[in-house]
Amino acid sequence: MGIGTSVLLKMNAEKVLAQLEIDATVEATDLKTARERVDAQLILTTPDLVDKLQGLRAEVVSVEHFFDLEELTEKLSASLL
Amino acid sequence: MSAALPEESIRVRAIALDWMHATELAVKLLVAAGKVSPEYGAECLSVLEELGPYQVIAPGIALIHSKPSPSVFETGISILTLSEGVEFGHQSNDPVRILIGLAALDHDSHIEIMGELARFLQDEANVNFLLNVASAEEISDYLQSNL
Repeated sequence: MGIGTSVLLKMNAEKVLAQLEIDATVEATDLKTARERVDAQLILTTPDLVDKLQGLRAEVVSVEHFFDLEELTEKLSASLL
Repeated sequence: MSAALPEESIRVRAIALDWMHATELAVKLLVAAGKVSPEYGAECLSVLEELGPYQVIAPGIALIHSKPSPSVFETGISILTLSEGVEFGHQSNDPVRILIGLAALDHDSHIEIMGELARFLQDEANVNFLLNVASAEEISDYLQSNL
């Protein structure tokens, strides 16, 4: 389970996914859990943690500005649409 | 939000020597409000030392926190603004002038306040307000009418 940063990112990702009309389940997790969740299609993270999420089946997308819904929209559409 | 963020958890225009000092100051405000014990400061620093500056979540803004632990007594947040920004080593969001300290008692109790915080910080006018404000009282009053 994640707190703090991952919770913020999840809330904004859900907002953007709803706007894009993409049906998705978003979970806030810590790094360890993210590495264990082999069923994830996409992992959103921060630039500093990208290296720690390599070698997984999921696509890893790094988000620089958590409150910039345009950045999230652009990156989520590029990956999922 | 006011219960989670009492006025003693807000400090403006502080002077921090570096990111570690700034982190300690943000946690001290949580200590002052009785949300955490002083040990929480070391816990937050060790997360940043281990994982890097990932808690710098937006330009100029860091969300300082560690996991729920025995050092956390109550869920709450603190707001610290700095006169001059400090470098956390983030690739695009340095320097940091706003630190939000977060203490989470468990994985659920802080969700509501995080939602309010996200909505608040999404608005650039609110971020500019925090950067320019001269007293904790002003922030407290502003939050009451803008959340």
